[in-house]
Amino acid sequence: MIDFEYHSPVSLEETFDLLDRHGEDARVMAGGTALVLQMKHRFSRPGHVISLRRVTGLDSITLDGGGIGAAAGYEQNGAPGSVRVGALCTQRRIETDPIIAETLPLVAETFSRVATPRIRNMGTIGGGLVHGDPNQDPPPALIALGASVTMSSSKGERVLPVEELFIDYYETDVQPGEVLTSVSIPPAPPGSGSCYIKFLPRTADDYATVSVAALVEPSEDNMCRSIRIVLGSVGVTPVRAVDAESMLQGQELTDSNIRACAGAVREAVDPLEDFRGSPEYKTDMAEVFTRRAIERALANVG
Amino acid sequence: MDYQISLKVNSTDYQQQVPARRLLVDFLRYDLGLTGTKEGCSVGVCGACAVLLDGEMVASCITLAVAADGAEITTIEGIAEGGRLHPVQQAFIDHGGFQCGICTPGQVIAAKALLDVNPTPTEDEIRQWMMGNLCRCTGYYGILESVINAARTLQEQAR
Repeated sequence: MIDFEYHSPVSLEETFDLLDRHGEDARVMAGGTALVLQMKHRFSRPGHVISLRRVTGLDSITLDGGGIGAAAGYEQNGAPGSVRVGALCTQRRIETDPIIAETLPLVAETFSRVATPRIRNMGTIGGGLVHGDPNQDPPPALIALGASVTMSSSKGERVLPVEELFIDYYETDVQPGEVLTSVSIPPAPPGSGSCYIKFLPRTADDYATVSVAALVEPSEDNMCRSIRIVLGSVGVTPVRAVDAESMLQGQELTDSNIRACAGAVREAVDPLEDFRGSPEYKTDMAEVFTRRAIERALANVG
Repeated sequence: MDYQISLKVNSTDYQQQVPARRLLVDFLRYDLGLTGTKEGCSVGVCGACAVLLDGEMVASCITLAVAADGAEITTIEGIAEGGRLHPVQQAFIDHGGFQCGICTPGQVIAAKALLDVNPTPTEDEIRQWMMGNLCRCTGYYGILESVINAARTLQEQAR
């Protein structure tokens, strides 16, 4: 690893000041699982590393919207009933948090599938998102739920849907001087079912060969009121299969309609060739696991 | 650049100068001489370098020593008490939990981390937790037996 200057600010203001001063020569570090690896391999060679570990107020999990905050006139960034997760919350914390377990079972399930307990103790939700690796587990589930991130800088704050965060392979919409400070995750609609399937033919701690997050809201007469299908490891960013969703939206949830929807996912994906398989194989698996994800999501309703 | 860090390792206080790029595993092994912690894959996958940082299991091969400033670290050298092996260590001896031994410090630290938060894990919970610690001798059944029995011993001691 090439040596660098290490900064450990205690406030966001101090962090923004360091970012503004050092510009593109600075990288922000949360848990470090991604950045330290990139630096070891010299993919990233920052002159300045700004650690967030001493910055306070970035590691809470709270219920957003409505209630006391709204009455007192505070700005509400998230939809009522959303859970706001601080950027520095570790993956393990999110996996085991009681608020998340009760209100966002899809999120708890997804984070329990990230890497290993040791890595989940280190890696954070914010650090993982800005890393922009299309093989990660949380983005498909967060996009399926319609989550948004808050980006903060010396110029203020902006809110961005997670779906719009990813631009290209390891490239995100994070602008110079910005820090991702929290993620707001709305609950799934009442009466819906969801699941996250991570296809792991190699080892239990691997990245997915293909992953699928599905969220389906059936009506009482078995029609599909709404559906979200988001895949990981099938391209340079997480992929929401909007055209496939529209095949099922408003249609009856029959076996043949579900199969048609899963088949349409083939057009949405553009997998990379790697040691987990060829693009053709991953495309086949994307179809298979989308069908299973929809079926399992429906079985999880209630 | 060098930085002054203060931390506690196995109940002993240390103050050292380290370059920003010093990894925790190298700090422990080369600066403090605590060579019980092993470096295997160097990319956080294999678990040989596992240590406890403020009670949480982490990979010391992808942790910066400067980021451990102010922390309390426990390595394999620090878990025996008063000259007596920790029950997890004894269980690994009694139940064939190791062969060549290179992964063993990480396996023992991982097992201790599990039993600290979940004293009565199911076999499935042990498998799920320990899946991040690789054993290239593939002695996984011995490791599983060791953790099951260590949990039993700790439960009996707590009674």
